[in-house]
Amino acid sequence: MDFTNYNNRNVSDDYMYVEVEETPVTWQEKSKRVLKRTLSGELFVGLWIVFREMVKFDIHTVKYPLEKLPISPRYRALHTIKRLVESGNQACIGCGLCEKICISNCIQIETKYGAKGRKVVRGYTINLGRCIYCGYCAEVCPELAITHGQDFENVSEQRAHFTSMAELVTPMDIFKAGKQTQYPGFGALSDNADDNVKKTPLAY
Amino acid sequence: MEGYYIIETIIKIVVILTVFSVLAGITTYFERKVLAFMQRRLGPTHVGPAGIAQVAADAIKLFTKEDIVPQNAVKPIFMIAPVIASATAFIAMAGIPFLPEFTLPFTDYTVQPIVADVNIGVLYVVGVMAIGMYAPLLAGMASNNKWSLLGAARTVVQMLSFEVVTGLSLIAPLMMVGSLSLIDINNYQESGWIVWSQPIAFLLYLISGYAETNRTPFDLLEHEAEIITGYATEYSGMRWGLFAIGEYANMFTVAFVASLVFLGGFNDWGFISGGFAIIIKVSLLIFLFLWVRAAWPHVRPDQLMWLCWKVLMPLAVVNILITGIVLI
Repeated sequence: MDFTNYNNRNVSDDYMYVEVEETPVTWQEKSKRVLKRTLSGELFVGLWIVFREMVKFDIHTVKYPLEKLPISPRYRALHTIKRLVESGNQACIGCGLCEKICISNCIQIETKYGAKGRKVVRGYTINLGRCIYCGYCAEVCPELAITHGQDFENVSEQRAHFTSMAELVTPMDIFKAGKQTQYPGFGALSDNADDNVKKTPLAY
Repeated sequence: MEGYYIIETIIKIVVILTVFSVLAGITTYFERKVLAFMQRRLGPTHVGPAGIAQVAADAIKLFTKEDIVPQNAVKPIFMIAPVIASATAFIAMAGIPFLPEFTLPFTDYTVQPIVADVNIGVLYVVGVMAIGMYAPLLAGMASNNKWSLLGAARTVVQMLSFEVVTGLSLIAPLMMVGSLSLIDINNYQESGWIVWSQPIAFLLYLISGYAETNRTPFDLLEHEAEIITGYATEYSGMRWGLFAIGEYANMFTVAFVASLVFLGGFNDWGFISGGFAIIIKVSLLIFLFLWVRAAWPHVRPDQLMWLCWKVLMPLAVVNILITGIVLI
């Protein structure tokens, strides 16, 4: 087997090499470098730049609790469970894939037989103390039910405020107001999801 | 009036101690603000209007913090070192005339704003400030901590290197004036500032002043990225605070000496009266301290010694020689 491509660590062929001046050896060269560095005024360039920035007063501080930066829709913060748009029921079918893929074993699903013999989710808890926010649960979910939301401020008086089923599912009032954002979050389908669909290989 | 001499001196000492302790605190505020603005940040904003009460908050924190002495430290030396730092800084101020003579309002009592008008003022100030370098040295050696020890070693490097330049750079203007008294030096500059005839000496004194006060281009005693806080690593609470006050008081001493010896002191400056003139000069020099800290990286110990022994000291000696030839 040919390993050429594997061993080629160069990401790109058009590298630019930084020119490093040669270390002076003789005393003439050393003195020349000293004079050059002394008289080149680089120190004053530094002084001028910081003074200019002070006068321009272009402050970049975000006063965090009062101001917040927009975060990426793919940011992986606290989990949410979506509701189905048609019926308003929560979308989790209790398949247990997220429980199985979770590398820190922090998801626990309890299911039972429902009225027509279908699986019904009784409880869905995430131990946020163990969760590493890797996003595998949201990626694996076949129903796009569990997703990562945007709420990164997980401070509360009770840890139960975050982990029970009732807290995870989109609240009914928000859902009815049509404010449940289904797709931009982590675990959602990408815009070109249809193009990436492959046929299920049947030859296992 | 003779009987008032002791009372007057005590009052002067108390005023200087109070003013410069408070100024040290306020300077930390301005330092944080100026540094922040230069780095496009806001600095302290939350405590008080524009964060000005941050000084008070810091003071309360420093005073109420636990005073920790490490188990294997040399206890008496560890505890006395920060006192040396701030004490020498304030003792050095005894020889500095801060303002021109003024008469107290509603009386005809003339006050000289100098604690001790000794006729060797420059020598006294430079000498006492040099003793101040014992503080980091003793603190670092007594702390029983390798970072502190490295800081102490760097103190020795700095002390050996820069005291020479401080002294030699001041000799040239002193030769012109012919007196060691800071008041005589100030009066000599009524016609013109010494900095115009001694620009190299002024630069050398500024550079060695930065080293003397452990300010940024030469803050290798306490460079965080290399040796935590150097000699002050093990210190907490007000003992650390004394180091900080000493550093800022030293900044003011250096700024006052620089403006007295080189920048015309408290002579009238155009339409600005003498008292305001020296305050403006000192404020500008302090701002230069902060400005330089925001702009420049610091040097390695070997670069410091190289700079001192191979560049600054020969320059200072040549400067003295040329001054001597010109004077003759």
